[in-house]
Amino acid sequence: MSQAWHAEWTKLRTLPGTGWLLLAAVALTIAVSAAADAASTCAPAGCRADPAKLSLTGVQVGQAIVAIIAVLAISGEYSTGMIRVTLAATPRRWSVLGAKATLVGGLVLAAGTLAVLGSVLAGRLMLPGRGFTRAHGYPPLSLGDGPVLRAACGSVLYLALIALLALGIATVVRDSAVAIGLVLGLLYVFPIVSSVVGNQHWQRHLEQIGPMNAGLYVQATVALNTLPLTPWQGLAVLAAWACGALLLGALALRLRDA
Amino acid sequence: MTTSTPYRSTARDARDGFGQLLHAEWTKFRTVRGWVAGLIVGVLITAGIGIFVAAGGASQSCESVGGPASSGGGCGAGPALTLGPGGEPVTDNFYFVRQPLAGNGSITVRLTSLTSLLPPAGQAFGAAPSRPGLVPWSKAGIIITSSLSPGSAYAAMMATGGNGVRMQWNYTGDTPGLPGAVSATSPRWLRLTRDGDTITGYDSTDGTGWTVVGVVRLAGLPSTVQAGLFTASPILAPKAVNVAGVSQGGGGSTASSAVFDHLSRSGTWPARTWTDGYTEGDQAAEAQGIGEYRQVAGRITVTGQGDIAPAIPQGEPGLSEVTVAAYLIGTFVGLIAVAVVATMFMTAEYRRGLIRTTLAASPRRGRVLAAKALVVGAAAFAAGTLGAVGAVILGTGLAHSRGAQVFPEPWPTEARMIVGTGALVAVVAILTLAVAAMVRRSVAAVTIVFAAIVVPYFLSAILILPAGVADWLLRITPAAAFAVQQATPRYPQVQAYYAPVSGFYPLAPWAGFAVLCAWALAALGGARSLLRGRDA
Repeated sequence: MSQAWHAEWTKLRTLPGTGWLLLAAVALTIAVSAAADAASTCAPAGCRADPAKLSLTGVQVGQAIVAIIAVLAISGEYSTGMIRVTLAATPRRWSVLGAKATLVGGLVLAAGTLAVLGSVLAGRLMLPGRGFTRAHGYPPLSLGDGPVLRAACGSVLYLALIALLALGIATVVRDSAVAIGLVLGLLYVFPIVSSVVGNQHWQRHLEQIGPMNAGLYVQATVALNTLPLTPWQGLAVLAAWACGALLLGALALRLRDA
Repeated sequence: MTTSTPYRSTARDARDGFGQLLHAEWTKFRTVRGWVAGLIVGVLITAGIGIFVAAGGASQSCESVGGPASSGGGCGAGPALTLGPGGEPVTDNFYFVRQPLAGNGSITVRLTSLTSLLPPAGQAFGAAPSRPGLVPWSKAGIIITSSLSPGSAYAAMMATGGNGVRMQWNYTGDTPGLPGAVSATSPRWLRLTRDGDTITGYDSTDGTGWTVVGVVRLAGLPSTVQAGLFTASPILAPKAVNVAGVSQGGGGSTASSAVFDHLSRSGTWPARTWTDGYTEGDQAAEAQGIGEYRQVAGRITVTGQGDIAPAIPQGEPGLSEVTVAAYLIGTFVGLIAVAVVATMFMTAEYRRGLIRTTLAASPRRGRVLAAKALVVGAAAFAAGTLGAVGAVILGTGLAHSRGAQVFPEPWPTEARMIVGTGALVAVVAILTLAVAAMVRRSVAAVTIVFAAIVVPYFLSAILILPAGVADWLLRITPAAAFAVQQATPRYPQVQAYYAPVSGFYPLAPWAGFAVLCAWALAALGGARSLLRGRDA
């Protein structure tokens, strides 16, 4: 297994794209978060905004880059035929996928930590200037605050789970274009459809089962009792999606010719 | 020793005309089963989401919104929508002091004051108006209407709170007259004359020098019409909807009061006395005790609420399903499917090395790109149109069979939404093809197109960015083309929350589409120069 890890690590680290994409994920997440901070105001009359969630808005865009990294980790091998060499060298196919999953997951955890820390810092510096002041009931964002810490850690885990979901889907469909299309469609279809469905039960269920909606509940720090799921339950829904996709991917990799 | 003649194809010589190139590209496209399947899946999902949205249409959303239940058809079994003479949904409820007018005649009045009350600050939506203020589209004046039934044809001359004197007719017609507000020192004289089907509106500052504001023909106006004084005061739309989807900024019902004098009439007015009241018996207004007619020594005061204007679907999240546009929400899934197929149509050539054969057969590379764009654009147009037809027709049918209300659209609007969706999908396919030709990597191409179209759409129409940012995004990004799916037009004479989240785009439908076309053309230009300049 450690050889498989080493091989996968060498492949990942020597691709120039990986580093750039990780950097792009961090930069994009922080930039979009900061833009969201700058675009919001808390009127003197009060607001019901959630400053922690607001300052982590960039995660919703950064996840697309994370998905690309994960998709490329496997579909790149299929497009070049490298997968045959890989499987010849490591015939235990589950080890290959396991090594890829842990490495991609670990890299995304590291990049996600940077991205989330940057976003929280941007929120801490910018939000007081936008009306989110102590006088309005918003102390500066601090990781020492339990719910904020949960939102931050949860966002890092969210990004890693998105990577695993994308890796699983890409292993099943093999083609990179189809894989990224499927991942992005799967992430965004639930929030977009639930925004127009009038039936509140349906809306609630859509928000409970959508990997993106549910997973992002982990960022909520206010009005938790109005959420369809608790924050950790939401992240668990995303984890279930990721596990399911990885399992399908593992089965496909195991049972199919490369 | 035998001589053998070399093999010679029996196929006839063919010119490398554009027709042959198109045929070659079409053959490549249709013979890859996965691509055709991808398009079919896109069609099915687009239509399927439309049906899903119709099936999950509003049924319990009334109590949750807490809005003016009387104004909207948001509730599944709500009151029937009132339709105007043009077939569009209208609001037709105002305080009307009236008499029948038999045959031709005219009515003239002087208006010396129009004041309004706003909803109290920071109160729930249903609170009675109590705070003096300006309602830009409060209306008071004279009106001639064909009957008292809701949605009947009319023409009216009115002063408004913040938009000067207007002549309005049949809900959507609106012509400005004298500018400026009404006051005792600058009164406004208004006159309507009826001659057969034709109604002419005049205004004046002194009652002697009159200006024609507009002449309208109300087809089929009966010989006896209802005419008189009216006051309307529309519901104030909330100023903004914040990120959590909660309306902020003091929306609610208003009330307006107008003071008239110098009322004079000509023609036959058989009733001799004035009848007053709301045209629809507004229950909410009656509960608030608003609405009265008082006459003291020639001075007439008319106070009322309501509006006589086109109805705007207030697309609060969950309620926007009242328009057909909601059934087209699946378009973005179709876009992703088409983007994937268009990407592969280009990148597969590079992956398999087929591009070298293609370019050997047709060395003029710009034409290869044009042929590919035409083929993928045509296929995507067919897919997008089919998906939209399925979503709109099946969605509307299902909603009707469930007894839910759909905002009716005139057929040209519906046709524009369907054909526009097809064109949107087609141009996105061409844009994707060009991007794929430039970057030559599938993932990059799909993601760039996704980031350029679906992300701005998601951020502004779903996530509820502040309206200014959302409008800006939908003006300059390729997502501007989603404007072709706007159902109800913006009416300048109705104050409403015109934002992407309620289904109103900043650009006109085809202007938004032109923005996407400009992006596609730029990408095609870039792809052409790269394709010609680079080794294949």
